[in-house]
Amino acid sequence: MIWLEKRPAPSRTWSAASPIVAVFLTLIAGGIMFAILGKNPFEALRTIFWDPLFHEQFASFSRPQLLVKAGPLILIAIGLSFGFRAGIWNIGAEGQYIMGAIVGAAVGLALYPSESVLIFPLMVVAGALGGWAWAMIPGLLKVRFGTNEILVSLMLVYVAENILASAAVGWLKNPDGAGFPGSRNLSQWEASANPELIAGTGAHWGVMAAVIAVVFAYVVFTKHILGFHIRLSGEAPRAARFAGVNPNLLVLVCLGLSGALAGLAGLFEVTGPAGQIGIDFNVGYGFTAIIVAFLGRLHPIGILLAGLLMALTYIGGELASFMLSIPGAAIQAFQGMLLFFLLGVDVATHYRVRFGRKGVA
Amino acid sequence: MSQTPLLDLSGLRKAYPGVVANDDVTFAIQPGEVHALLGENGAGKSTLVKMIYGLVRPDAGTMMLNGTPFAPPEPRAARAAGVAMVFQHFSLFEALSVAENVALGMENPPKPSALAARITEVSNTYGLPLDPNRRVGDLSAGERQRVEIIRCLLQDPRLLIMDEPTSVLTPQEVDILFATLRKLRAEGTAILYISHKLEEIRSLCDAATILRLGKVVARCNPREKTASELAELMVGTSLKPPKSGGAAPGDIILKAQDLSMPSASAFGTPLRNISFELRRGEVLGIGGVAGNGQDELLMALSGERKLPQGSLYFEGEDIGTRPADMRRRIGVLSAPEERLGHAAAPNMSLTENAALTAARRQGMLSRGFVNWGAAKGFAEKVIGAFDVRTPGPGVAARALSGGNLQKFVIGREVMQAPEVLIVNQPTWGVDAAAAAFIRQSMLDLAAKGTGVVVISQDLDELMEISDRFAALNEGRLSAEVPTGDLTMEKIGLMLGGAQTTAMEQA
Repeated sequence: MIWLEKRPAPSRTWSAASPIVAVFLTLIAGGIMFAILGKNPFEALRTIFWDPLFHEQFASFSRPQLLVKAGPLILIAIGLSFGFRAGIWNIGAEGQYIMGAIVGAAVGLALYPSESVLIFPLMVVAGALGGWAWAMIPGLLKVRFGTNEILVSLMLVYVAENILASAAVGWLKNPDGAGFPGSRNLSQWEASANPELIAGTGAHWGVMAAVIAVVFAYVVFTKHILGFHIRLSGEAPRAARFAGVNPNLLVLVCLGLSGALAGLAGLFEVTGPAGQIGIDFNVGYGFTAIIVAFLGRLHPIGILLAGLLMALTYIGGELASFMLSIPGAAIQAFQGMLLFFLLGVDVATHYRVRFGRKGVA
Repeated sequence: MSQTPLLDLSGLRKAYPGVVANDDVTFAIQPGEVHALLGENGAGKSTLVKMIYGLVRPDAGTMMLNGTPFAPPEPRAARAAGVAMVFQHFSLFEALSVAENVALGMENPPKPSALAARITEVSNTYGLPLDPNRRVGDLSAGERQRVEIIRCLLQDPRLLIMDEPTSVLTPQEVDILFATLRKLRAEGTAILYISHKLEEIRSLCDAATILRLGKVVARCNPREKTASELAELMVGTSLKPPKSGGAAPGDIILKAQDLSMPSASAFGTPLRNISFELRRGEVLGIGGVAGNGQDELLMALSGERKLPQGSLYFEGEDIGTRPADMRRRIGVLSAPEERLGHAAAPNMSLTENAALTAARRQGMLSRGFVNWGAAKGFAEKVIGAFDVRTPGPGVAARALSGGNLQKFVIGREVMQAPEVLIVNQPTWGVDAAAAAFIRQSMLDLAAKGTGVVVISQDLDELMEISDRFAALNEGRLSAEVPTGDLTMEKIGLMLGGAQTTAMEQA
């Protein structure tokens, strides 16, 4: 019989090793899945993990995509990690991402066709505020009425999607767009454009913001009393209250921060890679970022690495479905395996696996 | 030994990673004997009784019950063999009735009406008054314990294990319990009795086995030893009773005036019109049976819960609306009862737990940034000054034994030189040596002019260290009485009398 015994203290070795073990197990299980689908597993894995970076023909196109995709994932996941560490579950980053993009774009488009250099910074602030305000809805409802932030933030994603649709076909529609849905192209309007900063890398302002967010989160969690209080609230809520933490304030700070960063990610996306407010503007970064946050152990450096890895599986997945005609659903299952194995291996951090007869009833 | 012992333990050993909890433990319990198991925290008492009750399997050694090998793989088997146990922490459902709770612990519960009749019968036979139809949430701690005891007695046990049974009882309830235990003994039931209260053991027990660091260090007849001799056997060194500095009380430093606070949860206790005055240099003892508002009083005084204006004053200043960290800044410090999860975060290091209350007052913060080096230094200072046994400040709080963590938690506040210190159950579940140390540290604080409020269910402790005494009952506080004028019996009446009134009102 196999059973689990709780460790006296969480294992540091396993805590550090579990993402690596999880990735390894995902490779094995994924390889088996690709083999069952009749594909050469080694070729499939090589196409997903190696070719996007080093393939002589595709790498020049797909390599910059790595940062383009990893940027918003990391930015959003860093924001989420603040709440997740404190036991505050913002599941609606996708909605905050959409609202940040809409509010930022709307502020910019209101000033069209001005060429002022202040427009882009103004849009950045508006984008952060848009995401922040959207996150304040579940925050205030939780603080005031004790509603569940998981449900409220998640439901608001669908509200945001409808607002996005109405903006794309209505009030933000490009007046010169011959009736097609979608706003003016923000990446082609110099005042609002968020271009690639270093040619060939894919790094735009959003990637810079993600790097800054990683550093900021690292400093807050390791050095600042706010980070300590956030961790304390997650570990022992009563001890946090005893220490003097105001739980309601913490809910608003954590949700606000994650909302603002998701809003920023949306703004940088709509002014850069996406270019315009369209009906299908959001592609699920807000949800994938939840996986990234946990895959990265809610640790800023971990999130940085997890964001890059997740971006790689996206790009590699596209490449694999294009080159080897592996179905998209198989790629998604492959990404899901990563989280599955991570959570599974995580058990080893807190428990010891024992074989044989149970000694404790 | 002529007769076959009821339970014969020989060479029992149990090791956990990094610690040997029991090593070569050998002793025997005779039928109809009340056998005391004594030892400091971490001496291995819990592990030993868990092995007897089938919760833990020994690594080596044998147990014989009535001359036949006994190795219960689980508590159910132990119960079937006639071993019953009353735990220190009750496992009762507050929303269910007494009879329903008893039924939940039985393998084949009889029909509810038959069970209720059995409960009434047993409770009458053993002098443990209990109404099977009352809801457990409405019962006092003493009555809840009776539920546990009756649950055990319904199984007709040959050996009853009791873990610290009197820690939650009033003196009157202790007398009732002892009468019951003596009756059981007379009927031939053996009792394995775990307690820190040496006077109780001397009056109740026929034999004692003393454990230290997992090994049996002495066997004796407790009636032939004095309490201090027993304590020395337990600790291995001699103990000095705490000494008060004897400073005359100074000005009023903390004053509660008509302090009321609604309960936060359905089973909590609201505080009702509490008034008291605390002077510099005095120890105010607040006694009471568990669940009469002790936790709530600590939360109200520490600042964890906010109070209406005009109910709490520090040096004449209204501090009722100030949050916990602002009260700490002016020197109002506190230590709650529950060590893990309330006073300290279990998975965080001692350094982090030092910063939990000391960050602001000890100058570890500059512009919101924590100086972790200073926090580590402060944690090391507490560890050194309070003799906390731990490899270092990087260790997680939950890795410490209860007594060591309690020393750390109390030391963390004492070392911050408080103006007012409020503690709840400062020595609960702590061994004699650590308890004496903690009590002395509070007396030393008072000698330096700190006002100390000690909320405790241990009346001996309150008699020993407090200058004045008040009883907490159903969220109400009695008038304060100088401790010198009180005897144990009078205190018992203060608590018990107040209780009768409360029950009449209910």
